[in-house]
Amino acid sequence: MSLDAHIVIQRGALPVDVAFEVGPGEVLAVLGPNGSGKSTLLRVLAGLAHPDAGHVRLDGLTLDDPAAGVRLPPHRRPIGMVFQDHLLFPHLSTVDNVAFGLRARGQSREAAGKVAAHWVARMNLSDHSSVKPRSLSGGQAQRIALARALAGSPRLLLLDEPLSALDARTKLDVRADLRHHLADYAGATVLVTHDPVDAMALADRLVVVERGQVVQVGTPIDVSRRPRTDYVARLVGLSLLSGTAEGRSVVLDNGALVQVAEASTGPVFVAIRPAAVGLYRSRPDGSPRNVWAATVAGVTPYGETLRVDLHGEVPLTADVTPEAAAELDLVLGSAVWASVKASEVAAYPA
Amino acid sequence: MAVAFLVLPLIALLIRAPWSSLGSLLSTPEVRDALRLSVICASLATLISLVVGIPLAWVLARTQIRGRGLLRALVTVPLVLPPVVGGVALLLAAGRRGVLGEPLYNATGISFPFTTTAVVIAETFVAMPFLIISVEGALRAADRRYEDAAATLGADRVTTFRRVTLPLVAPGVAAGAVLCWARALGEFGATITFAGSFPGTTRTMPLQVYLALESDPEAAIALSLVLLAVSILTLGLLRDRWLMRT
Repeated sequence: MSLDAHIVIQRGALPVDVAFEVGPGEVLAVLGPNGSGKSTLLRVLAGLAHPDAGHVRLDGLTLDDPAAGVRLPPHRRPIGMVFQDHLLFPHLSTVDNVAFGLRARGQSREAAGKVAAHWVARMNLSDHSSVKPRSLSGGQAQRIALARALAGSPRLLLLDEPLSALDARTKLDVRADLRHHLADYAGATVLVTHDPVDAMALADRLVVVERGQVVQVGTPIDVSRRPRTDYVARLVGLSLLSGTAEGRSVVLDNGALVQVAEASTGPVFVAIRPAAVGLYRSRPDGSPRNVWAATVAGVTPYGETLRVDLHGEVPLTADVTPEAAAELDLVLGSAVWASVKASEVAAYPA
Repeated sequence: MAVAFLVLPLIALLIRAPWSSLGSLLSTPEVRDALRLSVICASLATLISLVVGIPLAWVLARTQIRGRGLLRALVTVPLVLPPVVGGVALLLAAGRRGVLGEPLYNATGISFPFTTTAVVIAETFVAMPFLIISVEGALRAADRRYEDAAATLGADRVTTFRRVTLPLVAPGVAAGAVLCWARALGEFGATITFAGSFPGTTRTMPLQVYLALESDPEAAIALSLVLLAVSILTLGLLRDRWLMRT
């Protein structure tokens, strides 16, 4: 294991206690809502905050071990960090920003300049190497921030909400670009984000943190298919229910019955995709279906479709086309029937 | 009313200025000596203030040491203290019979009062708080996350301060230095008390103005004009280069 961290730290009123490992070349995304303590984790890894207990070890080098009194200051850690709004030094040119770390670690002006120029070229920004950061676009600044973090050949790369300062269009390009550079990077990467799309697109593995605790760990596909908390389910656009399975039916905690695709027994989570939910004015009949009465609790535009929040026996989210919504006359408080095919309902052990 | 009250005396100064003989009045040896001495002493005082004031400003802005509030209060005392009291205090501390001055004189034979060094000390005492307050404000306003970024790039505290913090607060430091220099240049009370008024060694411009007022009023007005010009220039520098930009 390249990075081995168990971080216990008090963040205001929130006790944070999170452990994870990251292998060489692996990208781990720490995903969580604002205020979940995930940025604190990154600051601890960088040495900008110090844990109350636990340990941080990188390739056998102990960065933090409060019990043993070990606390390596940030400037002595073999790390590179990309900050949320890049924090390029405004008084230094692009290439001097990239050279900063090499100079600070004792390289000559010449040698550092050479390496920095190479990195700027790698980011396709050689034309901008002598300009000040304020004349760079958001995407360009992000690339220079990444180059600055990587130029010192760190063993651990830390990314704090690397794409959140960018507008939606730039984000797509920069995300693809970042993915490409992360694939080339041999060290361990820890990425902190509240955007599930960034996490899914960039990470090999996700750690979902809520209220200072890990609530789920897994590959992006695993987490998105089988969310274990409401937060994750909402992030990936699934309705999450919990209950007890007996064969192909699941009795939900509130007593409602759900027919599912695969048989199992014991406590399970049930996940339903909004697109799999059909809405009707009158009760539908026919093939093996789940059918529940519901009232409309909210309608919000979601891309090309409308996302409808439903209250009732089974709380659900449904995606419908604007035409269908008009036909159904969906307004707040409308009574509808929601139906989901059993084959569209995933159940997995809780 | 208030504006008239503040501006009228300056206008009077301009009206009564002996414009035709200005050149000859300002080129007498005494005036040239005073001018040269003033510029040198004020510059030295500013230099000393920069060297010892910036670290203190950093301590005030960035550390959590105990007694920081008291420290800041002490720094601001010379701002509100009548300069002549400052001069008396300096005399009691560094005079030949002073708390520090006496042992120093007995040990080395060095004595500060009534020397050019005394002028620099008096000016530094009075003017340094302007620099400290200005730099401290700039340090507080600066985004500390740049220092975090520098630390993650391998820069220790000293390197971070030199290559990141200082350039970021450079406008504040420059503004503070200009204020400090202007204050030092106009220093009168502490200087005359601690350093006296000896031509060529301690008689700076303001002292020369005061003295000339009795013997040669026209020369006093001419010198005052020079000091006024410096003040206006200072204001202009601060306004155009720093205040307007922010």
